[in-house]
Amino acid sequence: MQKLVIIGAGMASGRMLEHIHETDPAAFSVTIFNAEPRGNYNRIMLSPVLAGDRSFEEIITHDDDWYAQNKVTTRFGERVTGIDRERKVVIGEQGEVPYDKLILATGSTPFIIPVPGHDLPGVVGYRDLEDTNAMIDAAANQGASAVVIGGGLLGLEAAAGLRMRGMEVTVLHIAGHLMDRQLDEAAGYLLKLDLEKRGIKVMTEANTKAIVGEGKAEKVLLDDGTELAADIVVMAAGIRPAGQLGQQAGLEMGRAIKVNAQMQTSDPDIYAVGECVEFDENIFGLVAPLYDQAKVLANTLLGQEDAFTVRELSTKLKVTGCDLFSAGDFAEGEGREDIVFRDPKRRVYKRLIVEDDKLIGAVMYGDTADSNWFFGLIKDGTNIEEMRETLIFGPSFQGGGAAASDPLAAVAALPLDAEICGCNGVCKGDIISAIEGGVTTLDGVRMTTKASASCGTCTGLVEQVLAVSLGDGFEISKEKPVCKCTDLTHEDVRRLIKSQELKSQPAVWQELAWKTPNGCHVCRPAINYYLISDWPLEYQDDLQSRFVNERNHANIQKDGTYSVMPRMWGGMTTPDELIAVANAAKKFNAAVKVTGGQRIDLLGIKKEDLPAIWSDLNEAGMVSGHAYTKGLRTVKTCVGTDWCRFGTQDSTGLGIKLEKKLWGSWTPHKVKLGVSGCPRNCAEATCKDIGIICVDSGYQISVAGAAGMDVKMTESLVDVATEAEVEEWVSAFMQLYRENAKYLDRAYKWVDKVGLDWVKEELSNPDTRKALVERFDISQSVYRKDPWADHIRNRSEQYQHLADLTEEAVA
Amino acid sequence: MSWVDIGTLNDIPLRGSRIVKSPAGCIAIFRTAEDEVFATSNTCAHKQGPLSEGIVHDRKVTCPLHNWVFSLETGEAQGADEGQIATYPVKIESGRLLLNMDAVVAKVA
Ligand SMILES: Cc1cc2nc3c(=O)[nH]c(=O)nc-3n(C[C@H](O)[C@H](O)[C@H](O)COP(=O)(O)OP(=O)(O)OC[C@H]3O[C@@H](n4cnc5c(N)ncnc54)[C@H](O)[C@@H]3O)c2cc1C
Ligand code: HEM
Ligand code: SF4
Ligand code: FES
Repeated sequence: MQKLVIIGAGMASGRMLEHIHETDPAAFSVTIFNAEPRGNYNRIMLSPVLAGDRSFEEIITHDDDWYAQNKVTTRFGERVTGIDRERKVVIGEQGEVPYDKLILATGSTPFIIPVPGHDLPGVVGYRDLEDTNAMIDAAANQGASAVVIGGGLLGLEAAAGLRMRGMEVTVLHIAGHLMDRQLDEAAGYLLKLDLEKRGIKVMTEANTKAIVGEGKAEKVLLDDGTELAADIVVMAAGIRPAGQLGQQAGLEMGRAIKVNAQMQTSDPDIYAVGECVEFDENIFGLVAPLYDQAKVLANTLLGQEDAFTVRELSTKLKVTGCDLFSAGDFAEGEGREDIVFRDPKRRVYKRLIVEDDKLIGAVMYGDTADSNWFFGLIKDGTNIEEMRETLIFGPSFQGGGAAASDPLAAVAALPLDAEICGCNGVCKGDIISAIEGGVTTLDGVRMTTKASASCGTCTGLVEQVLAVSLGDGFEISKEKPVCKCTDLTHEDVRRLIKSQELKSQPAVWQELAWKTPNGCHVCRPAINYYLISDWPLEYQDDLQSRFVNERNHANIQKDGTYSVMPRMWGGMTTPDELIAVANAAKKFNAAVKVTGGQRIDLLGIKKEDLPAIWSDLNEAGMVSGHAYTKGLRTVKTCVGTDWCRFGTQDSTGLGIKLEKKLWGSWTPHKVKLGVSGCPRNCAEATCKDIGIICVDSGYQISVAGAAGMDVKMTESLVDVATEAEVEEWVSAFMQLYRENAKYLDRAYKWVDKVGLDWVKEELSNPDTRKALVERFDISQSVYRKDPWADHIRNRSEQYQHLADLTEEAVA
Repeated sequence: MSWVDIGTLNDIPLRGSRIVKSPAGCIAIFRTAEDEVFATSNTCAHKQGPLSEGIVHDRKVTCPLHNWVFSLETGEAQGADEGQIATYPVKIESGRLLLNMDAVVAKVA
């Protein structure tokens, strides 16, 4: 009998042995080694064991009896340390075994990130029963904490299990969203919500710096300075194929042991199967393809022809209550089209990716009932042209008829009790009755039935019901949506961000049913601004959603160089500042321009020099002038009572105070101020967004001026007696504008829309005014800081090129 | 093919870009929301705007100067605009970014 030796008693070799014993039990005399002190078990069910839903005994697939009955010699708990191909022997810790045919089935090992402290006791991977038991033991201590590094399939199953056992669990994930290899951002967002709901803390874009502790892991330190208590640290940052034995034996290797379609390595007597193999540049991490390999290998060994091919894979997460599914290729692309369905109310997200009339990928969250049907369409490459319009609604919507191809017909075909507005429980019949009662507009439906009056995502459906019922008598609304990514207007979006407390971009995309995965250059800067303005403490400004000037904190010029303009508070400067500006201008070869905003512009600075010139200016005590922002620009002043014989108040001093209070704030569009010491108005205050004219009795505050393409004089807001009142009214006006205006509306445009009377009414209520000032101050506690200093410290490498290959090619 | 190491994925901000200097001029390396990388010429086909400074959405970038939108995959201008920028093969291996120099050199020749 031929001697067959197997290294590794895991899921792949286990399945292979079953095939061999079913077909020809007498073909080989088999010896199997396993480094784990036990035979084969269903490794993927370790997660239910960890969570306490199963016992280990329940997941054993091959027990001692099975090996005995099938006459398999077992060497469990014994690691193989080498293979001698000349002598055809396998070298185990307890001695050698000769082979005729050899199978490597060593699986993979968890990738342990080599941060300082990774070798402390209490740091485990997640691969086998020992790891699982270590976690179960750690959870036995009341109130113990766990940190899981890695927000992929394994990490999340570990986290959910540990949480079930009562631990405080934090998941650290390096990418921007969870399971980034299987899910897109929107599904990752919903998953995060669900995990957070069950008490798991999730930190994305989290970089682990070190694990520290006295003799065992106690704390995890992150790059940004965060410290997390940890009685156990689970590394679930990926797996590496265990190919060392193959490598030592001199087999042909890629990232793993290379095999052909018969699972044969470069040595004809040695085969490999499972996660330790590489086939056609693919490596494997899920069991489905390994089972295919196992069958092919069994057939090959028994002399039957068979060949392994790579199949489409799908993923599900084994955490109860987190229903997700992903399959195929779901990246965006040329010629690819997304069909997106979002139901914010039920937290459902589905995205289908279609190319050449075929479904090539699917991501779903919250409702995965139809996932098998979709997976079938992907695998079979079915032509879906006919059912495209209703594809996303799943198999029950197919089957011909008008409803299958025309969305209006689909709405017409809905029964009267079909729910249209989930928020207010309004069904189609209610809307039809309203229309029969004389309603002809969307607003009318909102008033009479409340449909589409809350979250607004059913607006399209309501309009379709109107269109179906009224025919030509109904025109779909004319208010312009933000952009092609949504049907909502800026006003809708602002209202919903506040009322639904949407505090992140993915929250907006999901809850407001965005039609693109992450917006476009039109909506992203607007949404970023709205989130900054409404949630200054919770939302993190996203530089990648800003236009170039605001991202690089300088104005890009037509030749690609930048201009740099430091603040000169209220237009005042000092000899030392001027020397610093002059030195910087010389050093960086800048053109020097005196601007209309009472300061000095240095033009022609190269991007890579920006951090250096900022640093020189910082050293002289100067900060960014924000000449590039939709935010506070300058406060222009005149010399006032300090020098002028007409001056009535300290206009320069007041201007400086205002600039110091308002600088750094972000606004829907730019904001410029002027303060003049008397009605002669040398600071030209009455054509600014906010202008102040000093008079004997105090200060006249006026707003909503313009001096660009439109020229418009400011309109009086209020007259006050003290500087303190000026500061209060001006801050309150800024905040009202910040909270209400549409992105890219200058103050005068916004005031024109809402009416100066409304603005006056809001601001003249002392309580409202005070609350506005308070919210402005909270926001300023975050944003009143010099972005130049911040970028020098935290981002300076972003101003340099990534690599210089100009030499490379010559060589 | 000769692949040259140009840095790591994390050197590029998510939905952002960095440039690499090359004999074929500046090449913009983009990282999308889904952690894919693409390499294209940094120079806009319209009026030479620096594409690496644009907003990255989907597998597209919007030029910062006049909002032309380009596919990062094909280099083709989207919508009504007509134009084409060069694209180069780039790949990620064990977190390192590798740019295909043959394609870059071919562009110069
Ligand atoms: C917690 C968990 C959950 C999972 N969930 C899923 C899931 O839901 N769906 C899915 O498809 N997949 C899942 N997987 C992955 C799946 O378990 C693996 O793909 C599969 O187990 C790989 O099978 P294998 O035979 O290649 O390797 P393994 O099952 O790992 O077996 C390899 C064996 O070889 C032994 N070995 C290694 N080196 C030596 C040596 N030198 N000498 C002797 N013995 C050695 C090892 O001790 C091990 O027992 C999960 C994995 C884990 C850990
Ligand atoms: C889209 C239209 C505009 C463009 C592209 C533009 C461009 C610029 C540029 C490049 C600068 C120099 C800033 C720097 O180099 O850092 C600047 C400054 C200035 N602009 Fe404009 N501008 C525009 C609209 C306006 C309008 C409408 C006004 C008048 C209301 C205006 C008034 C000024 C003033 C007063 C300055 C000096 C600002 C300061 O000192 O901060 N600009 N502008
Ligand atoms: S505005 Fe009045 S106080 Fe100010 S400089 Fe002109 S004249 Fe003098
Ligand atoms: S230069 Fe790019 S759009 Fe004009």
